[in-house]
Amino acid sequence: MKMLNISRYLILILLLTTGVAQARLQITVTGGAEGALPIAVVPFGWNEKGVVPEDIAAIIRADLSRSGRFAPLQSEALIARPHSAAEINFPGWRKTGSESLVIGRIRKEGERYLIQFQLFDVLQGEQLTGYSIPVSADLLRMAAHKISDIIYETLTGERGAFNTHVAYVTVENLGGKERRFRLSVADSDGFNEQNILTSKASLMSPSWSPDGKRLAYVSFEKGRSTVYIQEIKSGERKLVAEFRGLNSAPAWSPDGKKLAMTLSRDGDPEIYVLHIATGKLRRITRSRAIDTEANWAPDGRSLVFTSDRGGRPQIYRVGVNDLGAVGRPKRLTFEGSYNARAVFSPKGDRIAMVNGGGGNYRIAVQELATGNLRVLTRSRLDESPSFSANGRMIIYATEVSGRGVLEAVSVDGRAHQRLGLRMGDVREPAWSPFITK
Amino acid sequence: MKQIKFYLLMLLASVMMLQGCAGMQAKDEEGVEQGVTDGAAEGAEATSASISGEFSIEALSDPESPLSSRVFYFDYDSSDLRDEDKEIIAKHAQFVSLHPEISVVVEGHADERGTREYNLALAERRAKSVEQLLTLQGAMTEQIQVISFGEERPVALGHDEDAWQLNRRVELLYSGY
Repeated sequence: MKMLNISRYLILILLLTTGVAQARLQITVTGGAEGALPIAVVPFGWNEKGVVPEDIAAIIRADLSRSGRFAPLQSEALIARPHSAAEINFPGWRKTGSESLVIGRIRKEGERYLIQFQLFDVLQGEQLTGYSIPVSADLLRMAAHKISDIIYETLTGERGAFNTHVAYVTVENLGGKERRFRLSVADSDGFNEQNILTSKASLMSPSWSPDGKRLAYVSFEKGRSTVYIQEIKSGERKLVAEFRGLNSAPAWSPDGKKLAMTLSRDGDPEIYVLHIATGKLRRITRSRAIDTEANWAPDGRSLVFTSDRGGRPQIYRVGVNDLGAVGRPKRLTFEGSYNARAVFSPKGDRIAMVNGGGGNYRIAVQELATGNLRVLTRSRLDESPSFSANGRMIIYATEVSGRGVLEAVSVDGRAHQRLGLRMGDVREPAWSPFITK
Repeated sequence: MKQIKFYLLMLLASVMMLQGCAGMQAKDEEGVEQGVTDGAAEGAEATSASISGEFSIEALSDPESPLSSRVFYFDYDSSDLRDEDKEIIAKHAQFVSLHPEISVVVEGHADERGTREYNLALAERRAKSVEQLLTLQGAMTEQIQVISFGEERPVALGHDEDAWQLNRRVELLYSGY
């Protein structure tokens, strides 16, 4: 049996150690996915007395289902609960329609746990992969997401992004004009929410550093917009832009050394690049129109941004190097009277943006090679699109019954899910990059 | 021995600094108080003597005065001022230019539609169009502070045109009025 030890992968960062919040995001899958692969995930065996500390199989089922690419069997449809290869009746599983089968066990070893799992091809009756993962109690959910990543990658050939985080802003009305804004970070399934900043003034535009360890964001705590960088683990923060006028729309460069941002210190909103270590600023755009919402191409050699230089907000792209802009900005979007806040996909082959016209604001994706634009959502006030690290899903903010919620949609538009709080508004989602060591 | 000497010196130095600070603070406070009493008395007299009723400082608290209009509304994705508002802003400009001691905050706001960052920029442009009119008519840039809040501070919480219309606005805020 192929049993690799991947404990090394699991000594990843547990960045998030400060207080666990009470109000966590509830995820509801709101749209199914045709053509999703049927898979059976059997509840993991547990050899101890007492309640199993985490239902690993349930976490995996939820992950796979959210991706829109898998249709896990309901637990009533499971014909048996095998915990080892010898117990599997493959002909029986074939009749359930499942093409793949996941079994596993969890064992207590002193203060730690050992999770073992195996993934089988039901038709061939063969094991595709299997791992043994030793883990401490606080990392059990993370280990489950890691297993989801391995299953996803084995069956689709693409990297899974279940072991990533989402940053977002929540707002609570405290009565009168008082509001409480929180910048929070949670696992991509909404669990383990950690508040990293609480403020009476607006917070917006969180942007992840490429190593997933820091966030840049806009805070109004000084009575106007300013840009901060905060280290997630330590909570240490630094004010990086407090110029006259707007200080907003931070976007981390792929090499982690620079922040693109919008400043109006020279009179009107322009895109600048701040070299974080030296504080040196380079101005990128020069127009009397609004230029804002910069986002870096994954190769760091160009930026997309929103500009109304043509009369209405549209997306433009400009080359950049260490000295500033290279060439003239080129307009990318032509469909719809309003296109804004574009973000590059992780591969750089497409952009997602807010596409408006006829009173609706929806999330659209445009292929850069062809210029083809597809609208992925159907509500009227969608904003802040952000790609998952593997580029398969887009999380965004929208409004349902007057309240701010987050939704996610697969890039093919087939899978939909909602992430909402029981109270208050949630907005400004930003999906983390892959977490590296 | 050397070390002890050093510490003693440090101690002495810090005591001296503390005294120095205390002395300076006392002077500062005196200075501020003096400035306020003298300045206010003189300023107030000078103003009431030279400025006629319409633009006296009292006009700010007069509900009949055009200066009581301090919120200006905008069309969707527009920072163009309406004609009737231009006239009122001209009155504010005259008032501000006659009262160099007065400062005014020009706050720009947007409705919730579209992206937050674009709205922050749009709301700043709205506020700047008011600022520009104020300075063209004689107010000094030092008297004006422009702040954009984008869609972050709505006055109406609905999600329809009635609410949006009220939220696309610029507010003039006179400190203390």
